Amino acid sequence: QKLPATRNAAYVVMDKPTAYKDATTYNNFYEFGTDKTDPSRYGGSLKTTPWTVAIEGEVKKPQVMDIDSLRKLAPLEERIYRLRCVEGWSMVIPWIGYSLSALIKKVEPTGNAKYIEFISLADKRQMPGIGSPVLDWPYTEGLRLDEAMHPLTLLTLGMYGEVLPNQNGAPVRVVVPWKYGFKSAKSIVKIRFTRDEPKTAWNLAAPREYGFYSNVNPDVDHPRWSQASERRIGEDSFFTRKRKTLMFNGYSEVASLYTGMDLRKFF
Amino acid sequence: MFQPGSTQLRAIKIAVFLAALMPLARLIWFGFTDRLGANPIEFITRSTGDWTLYFLCLTLAITPLRRLLQMPWLIKLRRMLGLFCFFYAVLHFTTFLWFDHFFDLEEMWRDVLKRPFIAVGFTAFILLIPLALTSTNAMVRRLGGKSWQRLHRLIYLIAPLGILHFWWMKAGKNDFAEPILFGVIIAILLGLRLYWRFMKNGAQPLRTAPR
Repeated sequence: QKLPATRNAAYVVMDKPTAYKDATTYNNFYEFGTDKTDPSRYGGSLKTTPWTVAIEGEVKKPQVMDIDSLRKLAPLEERIYRLRCVEGWSMVIPWIGYSLSALIKKVEPTGNAKYIEFISLADKRQMPGIGSPVLDWPYTEGLRLDEAMHPLTLLTLGMYGEVLPNQNGAPVRVVVPWKYGFKSAKSIVKIRFTRDEPKTAWNLAAPREYGFYSNVNPDVDHPRWSQASERRIGEDSFFTRKRKTLMFNGYSEVASLYTGMDLRKFF
Repeated sequence: MFQPGSTQLRAIKIAVFLAALMPLARLIWFGFTDRLGANPIEFITRSTGDWTLYFLCLTLAITPLRRLLQMPWLIKLRRMLGLFCFFYAVLHFTTFLWFDHFFDLEEMWRDVLKRPFIAVGFTAFILLIPLALTSTNAMVRRLGGKSWQRLHRLIYLIAPLGILHFWWMKAGKNDFAEPILFGVIIAILLGLRLYWRFMKNGAQPLRTAPR
């Protein structure tokens, strides 16, 4: 299903986009299984219509929005972002959506709102991976409110000119391109504004390995592997060295969000 | 109990040898038909690692099996299985050295020292080398049966190290189903040995030298 959007040249990286086939068959989406091919194999059972997102917590206008009203909330833009997985591989994806800030402004956070929490669908009947003890379901992620308000943070409804395929987090997800991929929650059913830092699924599962911030950072290694380099899927062959990972995945404009913070401590 | 004659044994050995090459053949076939997925290097690393563990289990299964099944001739397959364990370990290590570090030994060494799961796997691999080198009949004679056997008991250390390597690799994903399965298999295989030793039930003398 096509999803018309206008390319926003301000947010287009010059790297070669990853092949659609790679981007849709090599996924981490544990709700469908832990193997990279599981989401494309079993994602078909996800029912994306009707779909609603409940917006609640520290907001003046809590509401439940359906996917159509989300699509119409702001003009859809195509943006080409780098995606860096915490596992040491990367892709380049043409996403479709708009800055999450548009939605945030509409629901008017109260003065108490300091964080935003994303809660993904966890329905055993549609998602065969739910029930496996790998994570505490539902999958939850979160951002500081200023991170969520940054224009790069994309409320995402499509990719490659189409609505999101199920395995990529249909029908609505976020994409936070300067953080490791797992921070970009998929198949979101609830967005909650909070005073306190929300608990996130991966941080609960392995706090030493996955911090709340999880900014792409070549200088802070994962305890089990180096983050200094990465393999670009579909492009880096057997005979090329892995490429150097860039600070904030190359999105240096977000650096000011972290002024004065020790990014080794707040990894 | 089944006891193959020398022609039959030869046929069995050839069949096992060819079967043991199938995982490699599959990788090559997948490579040429573009079926290694979006991240071929990861696929190869995983696959060769898995097969190292499978052959490790098979090798360790020989002693209990020949006793439980009353088929002492199975010992004649053990050397080959052990060498295939080493063979897939070499491929696994080579993938790491080549595709992960591009033969940058200094960088690889830093990786080994810094990351326990790699250090453990690397140690297990290093310990396998003397076992592979002393696998020939000539080496058994040269060492003498007793010291050969003592040396080859290193496998009782290598096996848990291999499991630990796999365990830690999966730990970040909280996905312990496979490491637990392998761990249980290895624990049973090693536990049987301990049990028999403890029961002093060694009525059946086990020939240790491969032939």
